Amino acid sequence: MKNIKQLSIFAENKPGKLEHITKVFEENKINIMAFNIASQGDFGIMRFIVDKPEKALEAFKKAGFTISMNEVFAIEMEDKPGGFHNVAQFIAKSGLNIENAYVLIEKDRQGALLICDIKDTEKAKKAL
Amino acid sequence: MSLIWNKKAECLLPLEKEQLQLERLQNIVRYAYEKVPYYKKAFDKSGVKPSDIKALKDIEKLPFTSKAELRDAYPFGMFAAPMEEIVEIHTSSGTTGKPVVMGYTVADIELWSEVMARSLTMAGCTRADIVQNAYGYGLFTGGLGVHYGARKIGANVIPISAGNTKRQLEIMRDFGSTILTCTPSYTLFLAESAKEDKIDLKSLKLKAGVFGAEMWTEKMREEIEKRLHLSATNIYGLTEIIGPGVAQECGVKHGLHLQEDLFYPEIISPEDLSVFSEGEKGELVLTTLTREGTPMIRFRTKDITSLRRGECKCGRTTIKMDRITGRSDDMLKIRGVIVFPSSIEKALLEINGLEPHYKIIITRPHQLDEIEVQVEASESLFSDEIRHMEETKRNIENHIEKSVGLKLKVTLVEPKTLPRSEGKAKRVFDQRELK
Ligand SMILES: [Zn+2]
Repeated sequence: MKNIKQLSIFAENKPGKLEHITKVFEENKINIMAFNIASQGDFGIMRFIVDKPEKALEAFKKAGFTISMNEVFAIEMEDKPGGFHNVAQFIAKSGLNIENAYVLIEKDRQGALLICDIKDTEKAKKAL
Repeated sequence: MSLIWNKKAECLLPLEKEQLQLERLQNIVRYAYEKVPYYKKAFDKSGVKPSDIKALKDIEKLPFTSKAELRDAYPFGMFAAPMEEIVEIHTSSGTTGKPVVMGYTVADIELWSEVMARSLTMAGCTRADIVQNAYGYGLFTGGLGVHYGARKIGANVIPISAGNTKRQLEIMRDFGSTILTCTPSYTLFLAESAKEDKIDLKSLKLKAGVFGAEMWTEKMREEIEKRLHLSATNIYGLTEIIGPGVAQECGVKHGLHLQEDLFYPEIISPEDLSVFSEGEKGELVLTTLTREGTPMIRFRTKDITSLRRGECKCGRTTIKMDRITGRSDDMLKIRGVIVFPSSIEKALLEINGLEPHYKIIITRPHQLDEIEVQVEASESLFSDEIRHMEETKRNIENHIEKSVGLKLKVTLVEPKTLPRSEGKAKRVFDQRELK
C-alpha cells in the first residue's frame, strides 16, 4: 500500500471537454496513468493519476481550470482472477468508507493498483 | 448630527412644502407648455392644459416623458430657454442611439450648486474640508456637480477627475484629502491599489465619501467603510434632472433625502404606469420644479425604489427614497413574479467564495418559465467530491429562493467563462419567445 497524488478537475459536460483536458497533458508532456470520470447532470469531476502531478497542477491552473490535488491510497492487487475480490473483502472488514475507486495497471503488467479515495485518512492508514 | 445646509428648505413643514410645490408645479407646467413644442404637443394630445393643475395630485393628468422623447429632440429640442441664456451643456450617454442633451441657465447652475452643497453637507463636508473629486469632469455631470457644491460650501476642491489611481493615492496621502467623491466600485479599486503600493489607508485623513452614479448595496458599504476607513454615503441624481444631488443620505444612512422643494417625486408601476402610494416599490418619476434650461415633466427615471415620508432623526423633513435596487428596463416577469437581476446578484454576493460573475437564462420549455443562473465553480467552491458540489449548488439555489422568492436552477460552469463585470456585460438572456 502506498500514498499517491490524485488530481481532480471540474468540467462541464460539454462536447470536446475531455479533449481540451488531454491537450494540456500532452502539451506539458505529462503521462496519464489512470483516470476516472464522475458526472452528475451538467457537470462532472475528472480524476487523474499522472507521472508529474505538481507540474500538472500548475499547468491546469495556468490554463484557467478549477483543479485540486489530494492524496489517495493505492492498494496492490494481484493481477489474476480473484485479486480484486481479496482487496474488496479486506476493505469491507476494515469498515472504511471509500468515496471513489478505480484501477491502475502497472507498466510491467505484473500487478494492478486499486486507487481508493478515502476521506478518513487516519483510519485508513491504520487499517491498511 | 452634522449641520444642515439650508434649514429653511430641508426642514419645511408638510403644509408649507405642499404649498410651495404646488406653486412651483403650476409655474413649470405653464412654462414648459409655452416654451417647448414637445410639451405643448404632448399635453394637447392628452387633453390637459396647464390651468388644469389645481392640486398636486393633478400632476397625474400630465403625460410622462421618457428617454426616447429626449433622444428624438436631439440636440436642442427640449430647451425652454433661448440659447443665449444657456451657459452650460451636459449630455447623458446611452448605450444606444444619440445622447440626451440638457441645457443649464445661470439659475440652473445655481440650483445644482445648492443641491450639491446640501448633499455634501449631509455627508459631513464643511468649509474646512478637502474634497478629492474623482468623478469624471466633462459632459458627464458627476465631476462638475461635486465641484460646484464644494465651491458653494467653500471647501477646498481637488479636481483630480477619474482615473490615474496611483496619483489619486499620492494626492490623498500628501494633500490630506478628507472627503472622497467617486463611484463606489472605484473605491474598492483604490483600496486594492493602495495595498499594492503599501499605502496604509488607515493612516490617511479621509473621513467621508460621497459615492454614486451606479447601483450598489449595503454589503458594499460595509466593505468600503472597512477598507477605506471612512463613512460611506450614497448620492443619487441624473443628468436629465440636473446631475448628482437630487437625493443624498444623511448621517443616519437610512434612505436618501430627496430635495422635494426642487424635484417632485412619484412612484409608478412600470407595468401599467399607475401611481403607487407611499412606501410601495416601483419606478421613480421626477418633475423639475424650477429648472429653466430643460424643464422635465414626469420624467421616467427607470430606477426602482420606494419613498417614505416623516421626519428623519437628522431633523430634515424631506421625503426619503430607498437605495436604487434595480432598473425597470431590466425587470423580468417570471411565472408572474417580478424579479430584478440585481436582486439575484445581491443574493449571490452574500454567498462566501462566489465570484461576482453570473448569467441568467430564462426559457419556457413547457408553457412554464424556467430560470437558470450560471455561476463559476471557483476554487473556493470546488470540492473533489460530486456530492459536495451538488450540495453547494443546492445551497445557492435555496439562498436565492429565500431572498428573491423564486425557485430556479443553478448551474456550475467553468471558471472565467462568464462575462466579466467591467463595462456593461450582458448577463440576462431571455430566450422565451413571447414577443
Ligand atoms: Zn436624515
